[in-house]
Amino acid sequence: MSSETVNIPFVRLAKRESMDPRKVWAIRIGSIVIAILLGMLPMFITGNNPFKAYQIIISGALGKPIYIKQTIKIAIPLLGCALAIAPCFKMRFWNIGAEGQITAGAIAASYFALNWYDKVPSFVLLAIMFIAATIAGGIWGLIPAFFKAKWNTNETLFTLMMNYIIIGIVSWLQGGPWEGRKGSQIIPMFNDSARLPVVFGIHCGWIIVLVLVILMHIYMNYTKHGYEIAVIGDSENTARYAGMNVGRIMMRTMFLSGGICGIIGFIVVTGANHTLYNGVANGVGFTSITVAWLSQLNAFAMILISIMLAILTKGSNTLQTKLKVPASISDIVIGILLFCMLSCEFFINYKLIFRPRKTEIKEASV
Amino acid sequence: MNSNIAIEMRGITKRFGKVVANDSIDLIIKKGEILSLLGENGSGKTTLMNMLAGIYQPDEGQIFAEGEPLTIRSPKDAYECGIGMIHQHYKLVDVFTAAQNIVLGLKDEKLDLKTINSKVKEICDRYSFIIDPSMKIYDMSVSQKQTVEIVKVLYRGADILILDEPTAVLTPQETEKLFTVLRNMRADGKAIVIITHKLNEVMAISDEVAVLRKGKYIGTVKTCETSPQALTDMMVGHAVTLNIDRPKYDSQFPRLKVEGLTCVDDEGITKLDGVTFTAKGGEILGVAGIAGSGQKELLESITGLYPIKQGTVDFVTDEGKEKNLVGLTPMQIRKTGVGMAFVPEDRLGMGLVGSMGMTGNMMLRSWKKGKGVFLNRKSPEELAKKVWDELEVVTPSTSFPVRRLSGGNVQKVLVGREIASLPKILMTAYPVRGLDINTSYAIYNLLTEQKMNGVSVIFVGEDLDVLLELCDRILVLCGGKVSGIVDARTATKEEIGFMMTTVGGKEAADVQ
Repeated sequence: MSSETVNIPFVRLAKRESMDPRKVWAIRIGSIVIAILLGMLPMFITGNNPFKAYQIIISGALGKPIYIKQTIKIAIPLLGCALAIAPCFKMRFWNIGAEGQITAGAIAASYFALNWYDKVPSFVLLAIMFIAATIAGGIWGLIPAFFKAKWNTNETLFTLMMNYIIIGIVSWLQGGPWEGRKGSQIIPMFNDSARLPVVFGIHCGWIIVLVLVILMHIYMNYTKHGYEIAVIGDSENTARYAGMNVGRIMMRTMFLSGGICGIIGFIVVTGANHTLYNGVANGVGFTSITVAWLSQLNAFAMILISIMLAILTKGSNTLQTKLKVPASISDIVIGILLFCMLSCEFFINYKLIFRPRKTEIKEASV
Repeated sequence: MNSNIAIEMRGITKRFGKVVANDSIDLIIKKGEILSLLGENGSGKTTLMNMLAGIYQPDEGQIFAEGEPLTIRSPKDAYECGIGMIHQHYKLVDVFTAAQNIVLGLKDEKLDLKTINSKVKEICDRYSFIIDPSMKIYDMSVSQKQTVEIVKVLYRGADILILDEPTAVLTPQETEKLFTVLRNMRADGKAIVIITHKLNEVMAISDEVAVLRKGKYIGTVKTCETSPQALTDMMVGHAVTLNIDRPKYDSQFPRLKVEGLTCVDDEGITKLDGVTFTAKGGEILGVAGIAGSGQKELLESITGLYPIKQGTVDFVTDEGKEKNLVGLTPMQIRKTGVGMAFVPEDRLGMGLVGSMGMTGNMMLRSWKKGKGVFLNRKSPEELAKKVWDELEVVTPSTSFPVRRLSGGNVQKVLVGREIASLPKILMTAYPVRGLDINTSYAIYNLLTEQKMNGVSVIFVGEDLDVLLELCDRILVLCGGKVSGIVDARTATKEEIGFMMTTVGGKEAADVQ
């Protein structure tokens, strides 16, 4: 008997059938509590009062109207980009090229901002930039989808590599054809007519992304396209069985996704940066994957999650300046928070079964 | 004599939930002999051998080696006992070379390529294999991969080799080569078990045949003292009466004409070979055959899901016109007004969307209907409620994910949707697999009802008793060929069993 017990692993995993929604939320809230507690650790180690640090994060992100505006500015591209990748992820097409698609959109928008600012009125210029950015981002997204549909290439690697290509192109533009003052390696600032108007103290990109939230919600839940995407994500065979053209739907969805990323690129260059540089996407394309996952691809939940991440980002910037903690410490805190929140999904989907104690085994065998 | 016994299994029982896969089986494997383990699909052959290979442990019973009780807890244990199994689906790492795969997982081995290569060569020479140790798996043909699997097992010093349907994917020439190797190994004193359901190979290669049927051990006979007919009788058993209602539809008419249908898979293996038949409105045409004889390809090629290499598929309209279906996509077939319904074998992986509720699944047929970009949810919702009601599907709501329903209810959702499309042809693949008796009868009744409405029903099944009582005619497939089409009211189980394993059945075998 004793030799048999050795073979039972200490803990094993089993997939849960289903779970009480209240319990699910208890696990989610619990994970945030654990994350906050764990996040205190690096602050202790660096000799800071963790309670004070959390207070600074909150007040640094939301304490003054100007802070709130800055926080929202961080949230806008995160939210927009999470919306863009949601249909791809729903389809189980792993688009991690949002970074590049944003940049492609930003380049197209910048072209018109730099060359057409004195040719057409401001709102026409902005409209042209918007459309150009959408198409450019869309094409950058379409390329990997085309290869996937035709030759079943790996979309993860493909979209990732496309990021580096387009960022390289911006670097070349910066130092070459679009360089402002010779040797500066900087593209000149946009003319005022190529800048997004400000509404309630923040560039109107926030209106665009909120409209996108509603459109995306409708698209995913009430349209034929949304249904096709959901079926493909569940089973490609079922989609073929139902008469769907999987390749074409993939390409169409990636064009849409890239197009929305392009819009985000447009918002970032015209609303926030007023110029183009090779760091225009600034990691948004990757962080938004977290936003999309944490919100379980629900468009409205993305608003909350992106604001939450923006609060953390803005707050920890303040933390750096106020408590003189190194930037890496606040990155660690953010990392811990994300880790806990993402891993709680694991406990929602799986349960742990521990090895019964020896006495129990004996009782059972009697 | 006794020292001749390599492995003895006594009273082995294995259950999966309520299903008894092996029911108190006794089996003796002898050194220097080739034993065929024969049985229909689901008779428990692979399960039994998996217990020797350490993949499962028996619930009851004991395994003995050389008279000593043996406990095999893992594949590693099995190797230590000198047992090696070559699974039906090869377990090789594609990007590694043959040599790397052969030593994979061996801890004590010095990873010295020279020694490995010479040892591999020694094994190859001994049994007349041909293998290039430095060749990558992805560059290999199926037969070469199989050779690597066999060498891998021998390298680990196995004296007892179990091969699970080794010839299923081989060409006749490759099969002959494999048999030569097996004979060489037998001469070397190895004990060999091949799991199979091909009678001609059983007769060609084995010394003894052990037969399983529905999880039970039927008996072991010497190959030289038996005949294919006797083996078939052991395999299929005597007919069981099920009392399935079988009314006759009087005005049958041709509905689907298939001629010379030939399909080839990605690897160039012929899956369907010149299949010709006519399905009639108002009849249930059964399709019998060993698993993998082309049933899946037959249905999928008719519905436009599997590429057709040669042949014609024509739908006959009510007016008697013939419409060609070859080369059309499922959507095109639907658009030309050919009312075709298909209940695929893989219910959740092909017929349904597991994460959606009944409504979402009803939409799979109608999602494209209506103008504009928006989905019409209303009529699928009504249909879902109707199916829920009429077929008594047990589900909390029409939005509850069908993945979480029981197998019988999943099938009701699928069959209900397909029948609701008012098809002219209804194709079903293993529609009662995994269902309890009551649900199975409910499905039989639904199919018969369709038949009496003049629908042409094609029923791919595995249980011969059911096929014989439910269908009007039975088409028997054997290795992608039509072995024969018989009248289900007069045919016998033995007759069909024989046709499943030999093209043309008994008469053809007698001529040979």
